[in-house]
Amino acid sequence: MFSKHISPTIGASFFTCNINLDNARVKLQVWDTAGQERFRSMAPMYYRNANAALLVFDITNFNSFVAIKGWVKELQSNVPEAMVLSVVGNKSDLEELRAVQASEAAQFAESIGAHYCETSALHDQQGIDEVFLNTAAALLKLSSSNLVSSLRSYDSADVDNDKIPTGSPTEEDATHTGKVELPAWSIDSIAHGDVQKNMCC
Amino acid sequence: MASTSKDVPTVVIQDNPPDDLEPGACYDSILNPTDSFEEFASEMSSSLQERNISLATKNSTISEIQSEIIGESSAQMKATKSSDDLQTKDESISASTSHSNLVEQNGDETDNDKDDYLQSPELVNKEKHVFILSSAGKPIYSRYGNEDKLAGLCGVIQALVSVVEEQNQDILRSITTKDCKAVFLVKGPLILVAVSKSNESETQLVLQLTYAFNQIVSVLTLTQLNRIFEQRRNYDLRRLLSGAERLIDHLLIFMEKDPAFLLGAVRCLPLPEKARENITNAIQTTCNKIRDLVFAIMLAGNQLITLVRMKKYTLHPSDIHLLFNLVRSSESFKTAESWTPICLPKFDSTGFLHGHVSYISEDCQACLLLLTVQRDAFFPLSQAKHTIAEKLRRSNCLVAINDALNRNEELPTTNPLKHIGIPEIRHFMYKCKSTAQLFTSDPISLDKLQDYRMRHKVGGDIMVKKAERLSDIDYVRNYRRFCSSIHCTSTPAKLIFRSNSSDTVLAWVTNGFELYVTFDPLMEKDQAIKAVDRLLKWIKKEEQRIFIMHAPTF
Repeated sequence: MFSKHISPTIGASFFTCNINLDNARVKLQVWDTAGQERFRSMAPMYYRNANAALLVFDITNFNSFVAIKGWVKELQSNVPEAMVLSVVGNKSDLEELRAVQASEAAQFAESIGAHYCETSALHDQQGIDEVFLNTAAALLKLSSSNLVSSLRSYDSADVDNDKIPTGSPTEEDATHTGKVELPAWSIDSIAHGDVQKNMCC
Repeated sequence: MASTSKDVPTVVIQDNPPDDLEPGACYDSILNPTDSFEEFASEMSSSLQERNISLATKNSTISEIQSEIIGESSAQMKATKSSDDLQTKDESISASTSHSNLVEQNGDETDNDKDDYLQSPELVNKEKHVFILSSAGKPIYSRYGNEDKLAGLCGVIQALVSVVEEQNQDILRSITTKDCKAVFLVKGPLILVAVSKSNESETQLVLQLTYAFNQIVSVLTLTQLNRIFEQRRNYDLRRLLSGAERLIDHLLIFMEKDPAFLLGAVRCLPLPEKARENITNAIQTTCNKIRDLVFAIMLAGNQLITLVRMKKYTLHPSDIHLLFNLVRSSESFKTAESWTPICLPKFDSTGFLHGHVSYISEDCQACLLLLTVQRDAFFPLSQAKHTIAEKLRRSNCLVAINDALNRNEELPTTNPLKHIGIPEIRHFMYKCKSTAQLFTSDPISLDKLQDYRMRHKVGGDIMVKKAERLSDIDYVRNYRRFCSSIHCTSTPAKLIFRSNSSDTVLAWVTNGFELYVTFDPLMEKDQAIKAVDRLLKWIKKEEQRIFIMHAPTF
């Protein structure tokens, strides 16, 4: 939820959310990484084992859109397994200040096989649910394709939250690619998903 | 101290016999004992050469811990380098110069505009300015106004400092004018300056600048700070500090109002002994298997609830103050669990600890910090936090913490002056030196801090204020002068008794404690001594509640 007083993310913050889809429950473990340059080298720790990434830019700031492209390259060259990518244009309430056209963003998203949508944290979290629902649905599809070994689905037999292993950031040394600055102005600024699926009957 | 004695000075100066510890003292402390102005003493005694050496030679406590853990377990665990700075490669520094929106702002202003800017309402008539610049003269931080427009001023500051250093082989420490003090501190690649019209002494201002420097180190590590400037002398540090200016802003306000900084001590949240014990136990039993955990710290409202530590390691109060400041200034910690690198300059200025930071629950504003040397320990610590929170809820500790935070009327520590029952005492603050802990009669409440912050946001301007009733912040401001006389290096005083038309102040320092009391104006000396005696007895009686008397380890 948008708050004027919210301060930028320090380091990275972590939260989980469970999403019910058709007859499956998807548990998303989300890392929200800080945008400031000094935290930049921490990012690989979070995306290395990720199954999904939300690439969030500010529609009123063209540079933040350019930065997204850098992130995509970085993810493509550093994450070996297939990933669900979503491009998210944030601050859709500030239409009059728009600096990135929706068509351009959608086109870019398509070119990298990502879903595009726009969000606003100001009015009833417009579009935000959609982002997470889409991501969950895409992950479900990905897991059934058996392309991704790190994405696990469980039968109802062992539906026991304690048994589901949690992902962990790796301890690989940080790599440095181009400099990217992301707007860190709300909790949804950038999130790397680490996802597990829980099938129910 | 027999209150019946007539020979006041001898009674007062006599220190407590060793078997009778002063209130709040215990044999084992979680914090490094501090003398209130040790920082200053080390700062001022150093010559130009010493200054350059002292910053370079530091051992890494973090590597020490890491190698111990590895030594014990002999296998598997791969240690990350202790100085795993956030920015490890040279090219990332140079590659990123073209970016940054900070560079663009300077525009095409002429020198004239800049001179005018120094006269602008943003800068004029402030009680205290703080400027931070690189030793090359590049602006890094200004408390008020826009540091970008202060390049001219920073050039002048840099010139003053370097002329004294290079031509006279000396250190520029301060410049005093009729109503204003300018204090200079050169630390590593940075120059810090305070320009103040307040009643703070030079010593106190140097202390504040040292804190501001430590705040920067806490964000970057000293190793990284030094290396950046070794590589590029005119690097614009604001790029790496972006978002951290806020921390310095808050720290400066925090230091002006909280006597914890003045006395180099930590304030504890008063809690029933049993509750604190339960909280500590919950942390110990949950975390004793997590081998790379160095400190578990629980705090609320700038007060320490408990600290459990790895054997052999204690924390310096100034490191705790930086943690308080970080938690207090970062609303984002309230929304989710966070994982962030934190450098504690006194503990180890060369590397980062990694901190799991989270609030205990939505209905209890206590914050738990779990600090480790492992950068990938988030999940075990997250698990531990949930276990601890659950244990605290079951043992009713959350209620106890909330009662203390909401200052429940039934607690003796909520309104100590009323509880002690000496109507002539208006305010007091007490520091136990051996444990570096502090207790004041009127804990600075969060609302008041908010008011103070609002006042400062609007201006920070000098205000002539005639308050009907002094606030705790005013009392603390008043103590500053006594504090500096007591800690004056040339002629330190042990006891000061001063009476004037507005109040009577007694300041008293022994080997074990420091005490500052404000009485009504017409207080007689022997009456004051009797009152102080009763006050100390009360503190002794309540010490288990108002201080942390154990030093638990994992």
